[in-house]
Amino acid sequence: MSQNTPKFTFDGGIHPGNRNNKDISKDKPIKTVLPKGDLVYPVSQHIGAPAKPVVAVGDKVKTGQLIAEAGGFVSANIYATVSGTVKAIEKHRVPVGDMVLSIIVENDGLYEEVEYPPAKSLDEISKEEIIAAVKNAGIVGMGGAGFPTHVKLSPKDPSKIDYVIANCAECEPYLTSDYRRMMENPELLIGGIKCVLKLFDNAKGIIAIEDNKPDAIELLTKLTKDEPRVDVYALKTKYPQGSERHIIYACTGRAINSKMLPADAGCIVDNCDTLVAINEAVRNNIPLMYRIVTVTGDAIADPRNFKVRCGTNYRELIDEAGGFITEPECVISGGPMMGFSLFDLDVPVTKTSSALLCMKEDEAAHAVETPCINCGRCVEGCPEKLIPSQLATYAEHEDYDAFNNLFGKECIECGSCSYVCPAKRPLAQAIKSMKKLSIGRDRAIAAAEKAKAEAAEAEKKGGEAK
Amino acid sequence: MNEEMNLMSVTSNPHIRDNWTTQKIMMHVIIALMPATLFGVWHFGAYTIAVILVTVISAIFFEFMYEKLLKLPITIGDCSAALTGLLLALNMPPRIPLWICVIGAFVAIVLVKQLFGGLGQNFMNPALGARCFLVISFASYMTNFAYDTYSGATPLAQLKAGELVNTFHMVVGNEMGTIGEVSVLAIVIGACYLILLGIIDLTIPGTYIVTFVIFWCIFGGKGIDPYYITGQLAGGGLMLGAFFMATDYVSSPITFKGRVIFGILLGILTGVFRVFASGAEGVSYAIIISNLFVPLIERWAPLKCFGYVKPEKGGDKK
Ligand code: SF4
Ligand code: SF4
Repeated sequence: MSQNTPKFTFDGGIHPGNRNNKDISKDKPIKTVLPKGDLVYPVSQHIGAPAKPVVAVGDKVKTGQLIAEAGGFVSANIYATVSGTVKAIEKHRVPVGDMVLSIIVENDGLYEEVEYPPAKSLDEISKEEIIAAVKNAGIVGMGGAGFPTHVKLSPKDPSKIDYVIANCAECEPYLTSDYRRMMENPELLIGGIKCVLKLFDNAKGIIAIEDNKPDAIELLTKLTKDEPRVDVYALKTKYPQGSERHIIYACTGRAINSKMLPADAGCIVDNCDTLVAINEAVRNNIPLMYRIVTVTGDAIADPRNFKVRCGTNYRELIDEAGGFITEPECVISGGPMMGFSLFDLDVPVTKTSSALLCMKEDEAAHAVETPCINCGRCVEGCPEKLIPSQLATYAEHEDYDAFNNLFGKECIECGSCSYVCPAKRPLAQAIKSMKKLSIGRDRAIAAAEKAKAEAAEAEKKGGEAK
Repeated sequence: MNEEMNLMSVTSNPHIRDNWTTQKIMMHVIIALMPATLFGVWHFGAYTIAVILVTVISAIFFEFMYEKLLKLPITIGDCSAALTGLLLALNMPPRIPLWICVIGAFVAIVLVKQLFGGLGQNFMNPALGARCFLVISFASYMTNFAYDTYSGATPLAQLKAGELVNTFHMVVGNEMGTIGEVSVLAIVIGACYLILLGIIDLTIPGTYIVTFVIFWCIFGGKGIDPYYITGQLAGGGLMLGAFFMATDYVSSPITFKGRVIFGILLGILTGVFRVFASGAEGVSYAIIISNLFVPLIERWAPLKCFGYVKPEKGGDKK
């Protein structure tokens, strides 16, 4: 990888423009919410193996106590965020819609906290200790993907990492949680970057912010003035600038595809809230328990940003935000472009819940699909430079070869194509499900081939033995 | 499963949509054609109003009837039939008999568009397909550009014959030709409108015009003669074709590379037709022939996804 020229943007993408709606909650300071009802901790809030519960029904737990431990290297610990009693360990619905085994804790309202090991200054902490602390704290990518952070921080060759990018683009319309974090706790964010930078001796830190947040850019530039290893980049406002592949491109000019990791481009990318969690974990030994959630949308009485304990029920957040003005037609966990619509509000805030968006009207449901007019807007809007109109057609026909020849598996599911399509075709939806099928099929083929090879091997050996 | 489900709708991401629709795009294209249309009416007289109305109404009527008879969803609301009708009318000579307009609308809507599956499925521009059909079937009507007291050759034919033409008149629109092609100025105003709205971009018209100019400088027989080239550009419906017909979404390539190849092909074909004939319909032929090449062009223009890595190098980074 030779390129090192920041581009400050990428090709393709869309401008939701006046549909950005960040103003609704942008200036509302973060308010801490104390949960009232039971807290629900799904054992799978991350990519990788589910965590294993280490408490039993009836156990007393304290705030900050480990209740489920990582079920493998790619997995993450889960901590209680209140004190109380384990009421049940059973399946519970999660924001993405599945039923997942969850530890349910009855909140005693006392918020008794465990004692954390004493805080240390960064100078006294070794690299191994940093990664161990991040792993122990159960930190995962809080921007939405939920990939365990300690895995990201352990690339094959740490000396080849040139950049640590703080993804503060927050390109999704409506979301303001990262913005509030930057404005209210910039020192925690910078602290987190320094923790990560300590792991990578050759790396430079970049705080990447979209230029529709000039005050955040100004504030962080001022605060990092005397940090030779940290720069603030103002990126052009465009969705999906916050996508990992595209923020790497904007900051370094290096482009990676789906088969590569950010580390292959010499980059480590962490979201804003994740870095704050890293800071807490490394310096203060406090596990990941809180996150910032934007509760917004035109159906909400008082849109706000909340500091929430993971496990808190979504309904409580809606009540905290003044409840609904009118019954919303759809409620989305996450942003409007990539979030999941909920069909049940009785779900917990997880490590990856960035927002709760309540909309009076479900535009996607009302959109009437008409024939494709080949206008090319989806092609122009696709950040991956694909041809969504053709991919969607191949997806409808389940034509795997054609789909893969047009790089269907490179789709990052950003939804830009569906957003811009004047014929209102559900392009992203079709491509997304075909991608899933195609990856499943690849795996099945690989497995079958492996089995065949093994069988042949066994036969050969059998033959030799005779 | 949790049975107490409320009525919130569950849809896949994204949950918001841009407010452009097919109908809105078609309407804006019709609006963009208004300067050229109004100029044509003003220039050629009231009869052209009848030509335009009859063509547009028959186009809508045929679309409606076809869909009604075959029990298909009625799509006249998307304005695409009206647009096809208008484009066809603008490609008609000013004194065309009205029955030819009806036949043209039938060919455009039923034969070129609906028989291939309706909007989005036609492989050539319906209006131009119909025009070429009419030129072949009713050559004498379709190539007679005489109106009122004027008669004679179109400026393109004059240029071919080596006569002097008034390029200023050609640009403003005081010459002979089809109803919509005479005023380059009116066409360019409409094109700017579409470009500003982001409905079309300059890729196809730009490569088309540049290729044509280069081709003409080499093979036009007059070398680099700005006067002569302007005349060639302003005449024969090249501008109308480049901005309003070659940019037709359905019958042009979808990728940038494809559009560049398409524009180059158009420029060359138009040049070839002009070298060998002075026919007013050279641009139309060039466009529909290029339309036929679109599937091939799409295959020629190789796609490279973001972060594309050459397969031979086996995972090597670029
Ligand atoms: S944006 Fe929609 S109508 Fe336009 S080419 Fe893509 S799929 Fe077709
Ligand atoms: S969802 Fe996939 S195909 Fe559609 S724009 Fe995004 S990356 Fe491209």
